[in-house]
Amino acid sequence: MSALAAMRRGGRGYLLSTPAMALFVCLLILPLCLTLALSFNVFDYQLGVKNDAYTLSHYIDLFSDSYFYEIFFRTFWISALVTLLCVLIGVPEAYILSRMGTPWRSIFLILILTPLLISVVVRAFGWSLLLGADGLINQAIQALGGRPVKLLYTPFAVVIALVHVMLPFMIIPIWTSLQKLDPAAEQAALSLGASQAKVMRLVVLPQVMPGVLSGTLIVFGLSASSFAIPGLLGGRRLKMVATVVYDQYLSELNWPMGATIAVVLLLANLLIMLSWNRMVEGRYKKTLGA
Amino acid sequence: MSKNGPLSLGFHTLVVLFMMAPLVVVCLVAFTPENTLSLPTSGFSLRWFRAVFERADFIHAFYNSLILAFVAATLATLIAVPAALAITRYTFPGRDFFNGLFLSPIIIPHLVLGVAMLRLFALMGVNGSFFWLMLAHVVIITPYVLRLVIAAAIGIDRSAEQAAESLGASRFTLFRQITLPMILPGVAGGWLLAFINSFDEVTLSIFVSSPATQTLPVRMYVYATESIDPMMAAVSALVIALTAGTMILLDRVYGLDRVLVGKH
Repeated sequence: MSALAAMRRGGRGYLLSTPAMALFVCLLILPLCLTLALSFNVFDYQLGVKNDAYTLSHYIDLFSDSYFYEIFFRTFWISALVTLLCVLIGVPEAYILSRMGTPWRSIFLILILTPLLISVVVRAFGWSLLLGADGLINQAIQALGGRPVKLLYTPFAVVIALVHVMLPFMIIPIWTSLQKLDPAAEQAALSLGASQAKVMRLVVLPQVMPGVLSGTLIVFGLSASSFAIPGLLGGRRLKMVATVVYDQYLSELNWPMGATIAVVLLLANLLIMLSWNRMVEGRYKKTLGA
Repeated sequence: MSKNGPLSLGFHTLVVLFMMAPLVVVCLVAFTPENTLSLPTSGFSLRWFRAVFERADFIHAFYNSLILAFVAATLATLIAVPAALAITRYTFPGRDFFNGLFLSPIIIPHLVLGVAMLRLFALMGVNGSFFWLMLAHVVIITPYVLRLVIAAAIGIDRSAEQAAESLGASRFTLFRQITLPMILPGVAGGWLLAFINSFDEVTLSIFVSSPATQTLPVRMYVYATESIDPMMAAVSALVIALTAGTMILLDRVYGLDRVLVGKH
């Protein structure tokens, strides 16, 4: 094929992507740029947003005000805890699923993963029924002779519901990397006298690490920006980054401050993803000897 | 022929219970005859389902969501199919960038997309309009269609296309007679996945919908922050039923395990 023909065929590639590109420029790139600009706009509680005056004050407020500092810190530890719990549950569960026989494996895989497709509002509501003052868990505690515990509107409720929402995102990549594991490698190790624990540590875990790492990335990112779960199960006082952005936009009406928090959230997310990716790539290059 | 020990199976049972518990509880409470959310219930009643159908705001929100998801998924499919063919069939400078850009709404928090679109729509003076809410949904669900169609377009045998091309078929005939039938499971699966994601979306919609264009998840979110009663359970049970129905359809046309874990 001549170079000219290659360009012409490439041209058709552009042509076919034009509708998508037009939409994504107008409704993704443009609004993100506008929001970045908005985060530098001066805000006045009487006059609203001043479109022609710029300031760094929202960023300075964000990094100096202990209120915001506390919320970012809380969002970080809740997301980190959720991620850790998802790894601790997801790795053994994916491994158990992969060792199941044919009908059960698909059935349980679908049972565990399909809640992913059910509205997060419905799932949050389900947890509020379970964790409420007279919910099933408190009834069980009372039936066993204990005193009712306040579960709803605590970090515990937010963490447990987030684990429920995020677990499928952890199991999917682990499952995918487990599929690449050759069962013969496990059998070989066992027949050569390795203990089950040693097989796990030296054969299975190194295989699932890429899956765990990409699951960690997804779960942490989604938890840090989660809105409906802290909004419905955290109550009025337990704020996370997303619920604070919502307050700034819809109750305080301080859009520039809300935009600033949103921009910082997006940048923090991207930074964590890129540095994590780099770290992981570095490690794998080392272990592969490249 | 399970190779799992009793300890593993015990752990597995707990995980399955954990994943199912909130959904099962919602469905049980939906049938309560009482005014409170207490469980176990004393009987069986459909009164809260009747209550849902008497709430004009919920019915209106449900139709909003249904139309929104249907139109948005269709538009997303119409733009994702040519984009997927461009990315898999042609090499051109910037192709990886295009691919990354079109998939990026998956990793950008919906909250950020929501406030960004709110700003744009407010400047344009169209905030709360159904049309722009729908376009916002198209942006966030296009990646799901794109991924499935790309996977389908890579997987097919190119020789039939080449044969048709060498026999002088026009590009449109080639697409309609050869390519489309071969990638159809990916297209249909992508449409359904996009439909579910649009129907469930709450975080972005809460910023860019008005009371008139409120979607069902937004209506439910707002309702749940104000009060909690068994009607919320009845609405949730209906949403679960509708989602389950769509999932069964998705399983028939594409395979649920393929959608969820990308098995081929």
